[in-house]
Amino acid sequence: MLRADGITVAYGRQRVLRGADLAVAPGVVTGLAGPSGCGKSTLARVLALLLRPDAGRLTVDGAEVHRWRHRASRDLRTRVALIFQQPRLAVDPRLTLREIAAEPFHATGRPPDPAAELADDLGLTSELMVRRPHEVSDGQLQRACVARALALRPRYVICDEMTTMLDASTQAHLIARLEAYRRETGAGILAITHDEELLTRWTEPSGGPTVRMS
Amino acid sequence: MTSSLTVRSLSVRFHLPGATVHAVSDASFAVRQGECLALVGESGCGKSVMAHALMGLLPGNATVAGSAWLRTGGAPPLDLIAAPERVLARTVRGRRIGLVPQSPAAHLTPVRTARAQLVEALRELGNPAPADELAARAGLAPAQLDRYPHQLSGGMAQRVVNAIALAGDPWLIIADEPTSGLDRPLVDATMTELRRLADDGRAVLLITHDLRAAEQVADHIAVMYASRVVSLAPAAEFFAGPRHPYAAGLLEALPSRGFTPIPGRPPELTDLPAGCAFLPRCDRSTAACSHLPEAGTEPSRVACHHPLEHHVAR
Repeated sequence: MLRADGITVAYGRQRVLRGADLAVAPGVVTGLAGPSGCGKSTLARVLALLLRPDAGRLTVDGAEVHRWRHRASRDLRTRVALIFQQPRLAVDPRLTLREIAAEPFHATGRPPDPAAELADDLGLTSELMVRRPHEVSDGQLQRACVARALALRPRYVICDEMTTMLDASTQAHLIARLEAYRRETGAGILAITHDEELLTRWTEPSGGPTVRMS
Repeated sequence: MTSSLTVRSLSVRFHLPGATVHAVSDASFAVRQGECLALVGESGCGKSVMAHALMGLLPGNATVAGSAWLRTGGAPPLDLIAAPERVLARTVRGRRIGLVPQSPAAHLTPVRTARAQLVEALRELGNPAPADELAARAGLAPAQLDRYPHQLSGGMAQRVVNAIALAGDPWLIIADEPTSGLDRPLVDATMTELRRLADDGRAVLLITHDLRAAEQVADHIAVMYASRVVSLAPAAEFFAGPRHPYAAGLLEALPSRGFTPIPGRPPELTDLPAGCAFLPRCDRSTAACSHLPEAGTEPSRVACHHPLEHHVAR
């Protein structure tokens, strides 16, 4: 269980989260909905250990998180992966798609062999893998970001408006791929979206709950 | 005489070292006053390049062929493709065609207020109307105009760029992915706004990957795949039963329908096949598909050797 209790976050004087609770169970897709500006993305960053909350408690499979970002232990940090809304802002523009997908392996000192397999699975050809972000479409870049997120086989995957920029077919493809990963590994998925139809379709098969923020 | 834009056999190529990108190939369509045409397709299929070609905003390594005749009221028709930059700058951009850009918040200058930017557009375009009046028409209060872009919500930023696009009173609005990154209520509001512009006697060319947004406003739907317009149909007919297999696949991928992706992947624009570009992903393909299907120029058309048949009441 990835569990947040009483999370409070303020940016300067503006408080965006006030005592927010959320639990992401392994094996199911948990939905998170709410209007733009309600703090969904802030909560996602807290859950991915990328933002230290001002108050509240975060536990990953029972282990309480005390350190955040690069200070968090590698074991905790790699247990949660985050996929961002805008792939272009989430990658280093100097790297090729192959390097982007293999980043987690380099960061943890592991051989990057599975990267190619993951990429192929996501519909990225070897010809695409040598290109840099400005030479590919949003959809192709987001595929590389999904490969990067799944690289270290995380227990929890947080998808923050992952498909808002994408066409219907690419959206269906990426979500089908994440569903296959969930069934295969029993990982917990947090699906953040304001698209109600998508949310229903995504959470239904696993019978996961939907949390609404306001 | 009504105003219209008639695009015929428009092609755009980018020359890169060692490769040629076929961004737009042989595209033909028309937009008239009072109408909204939605150009839909996945990212990277050439939609935005089309918008930039029509506005004369392509980079230097692009070559453009074909024509795009702009007929404005009683003025002599103007071919946007052949017109020199000076003519486009002085008589077309902002004055006859307004551009609603992608990601409005990022498009505005962060260090100046919305008002300063709207006033500048009005002054440059020689429009004596007060900024407040134009802003009010776009649904903004005068106080909101005095904010800096980072103080605007997504919806307000959208209305600011709408107001700027209308500063020169253009009859044609090109909206390039105006809703990417907006949530559903804001998408709905933006679409209502675009529909209102069309109903006011302007024309709207909406470029989007969002089929549901297109369904909300468009009179006609043009589908682009791998640089070509593969299908063009009245919106009602399209959503009742698209005839091109790719268009049918796109609709079937919607969460409200089958939620099933189209198998395979689109071809690279640097390496397009000689025949139908959708062939490797299509379950209706035959030997005939190795020849390029003709799209024709009728108002309702499909570039496919084996289009789906639907019994739609016309």
